Amino acid sequence: MNQENRQEEKSFWEKLLAIDRRIIFLFIVVAVALPLFFKVSMRIPVTPVAQGTYEAIESLQPGSKVLASFDYDPGSMPELQPMAEAFFRHCFRNDLKVIIMGLWPQGPLQANIALEEVFQDKDVKAKNLQYGIDYVNLGFTAGNEVVIDRMGHSFEESYPKDGYGTPIGEIPLMRGVRNYDNVDLIFSLSAGYPGTQEWVQYGVDVFHVKLAAGNTAVQAPGMYPYVQTGQLSGVLGGMKGGAEYETLLGIPGRAVRYMFSQAVAHAVICLFIIIGNLAFFASKKRKRS
Amino acid sequence: MRREVPLVLTAVVGLTMIISHFIPPLNILKDLFEDWFFIIAAFAIYLGVLNLLRVNADKIYKKQADAPFGLVVIFGFLVITIPGLFFSGGRSFSDPGTPFYYLYIHVYYPLSATMFALLAFFVASASYRAFRARSVEATMLLVAAFILMLGRVPIGDWITAWLPQGYRLGEWADWIMDFPQTAGQKAIMIGIALGVVSSALRVILGLERAYMGGE
Repeated sequence: MNQENRQEEKSFWEKLLAIDRRIIFLFIVVAVALPLFFKVSMRIPVTPVAQGTYEAIESLQPGSKVLASFDYDPGSMPELQPMAEAFFRHCFRNDLKVIIMGLWPQGPLQANIALEEVFQDKDVKAKNLQYGIDYVNLGFTAGNEVVIDRMGHSFEESYPKDGYGTPIGEIPLMRGVRNYDNVDLIFSLSAGYPGTQEWVQYGVDVFHVKLAAGNTAVQAPGMYPYVQTGQLSGVLGGMKGGAEYETLLGIPGRAVRYMFSQAVAHAVICLFIIIGNLAFFASKKRKRS
Repeated sequence: MRREVPLVLTAVVGLTMIISHFIPPLNILKDLFEDWFFIIAAFAIYLGVLNLLRVNADKIYKKQADAPFGLVVIFGFLVITIPGLFFSGGRSFSDPGTPFYYLYIHVYYPLSATMFALLAFFVASASYRAFRARSVEATMLLVAAFILMLGRVPIGDWITAWLPQGYRLGEWADWIMDFPQTAGQKAIMIGIALGVVSSALRVILGLERAYMGGE
């Protein structure tokens, strides 16, 4: 190999190392968007942590009350909204009563959006669910973990009225619900603070409530210690967690559909990492020689 | 007095909250302090809104370089708030079909999701530049990230379908999540908890006064 060729090759690796980030962005756009146009069914293996969440809900008797805390905003919607929809489908299929609340201002609205989607299903429509009897939305209350702590003594002190201004004493579903002793499970859908961690610290540790969760992929690893200690029944992590939940339910939804897109995007990022390392070592070798 | 009163209040409230956990009759005081907190938290929202408006109006008034952004903030605030407060059926503002719901779904929803989605591009670009096998530690991190990125999506199991059960990428990813990851998280949690305890004690005892805006 003559000196000129070696020089050319060296500049190729160096160019590769200093690749314009817009080229990487372009590849990611294609990797994320293109698979959305294809219907590819992929086998979704279910992890024990996702199974834990599913079983916590599945094990409840019809008529049991589930308190669902919606603690996220539209930023985390691609990951958490499919979980929210699957959660409502699961609850309504098993005739569970759902009490919705939010520690984030946008949370109760996200719940309404999920409900609107779920109410389109034939099976759910057939149940003729009624507000105040089968589900209720208490809305948002400011106060973060203090709200969780206060609800341990009395729901009414944190939420004297539901989201529509009806005193909770006048809501049939809320009759007999004084505190956590009167709900069978808490389901926390969260994207940060306040969220699942605060539910564990102030709900589980102080009032010994049963808690299951759905979190963003970034947040989920932080919940694994709580699952291991039994403070948390299970956790759905990111879109993959949503897809696992949908698989367990036997109702493939948006999370399962989008998994192909996420899989391709991850593969492309891995490919870039391999190329980056090849270029790194090749240019190092050239420099040495 | 400007210093002593907040210090005493902090000490009394902090100690009461801790002690009430062990002496239930003190819950009356705890509940009272929590009521105060609810009121302050609710007012903090209004304070935040007013502050946002004041800061941005100031920018426009002083014709600062970023005044156009201030204008966008105030315009966005009014566009969402006015339909929400006056034209969306009062407390039913979040119901499907109201103007507020329409704006939330068609403006706030996509904008917010877009901001979050941008992370994917930065993560990809950063991974390309930062994930280099420069040392043993960096190589371990690289290998773990590689296994997780592929193992946490179905493609990982698909690539390694030829391997016997228990050796596929998905199972490796689960092992990393269940053991090294969880062990690391626990260590971080314990460290943070000890830090929080010591910081709380410093605040309650008046040694840490930065929250009062000085020292």
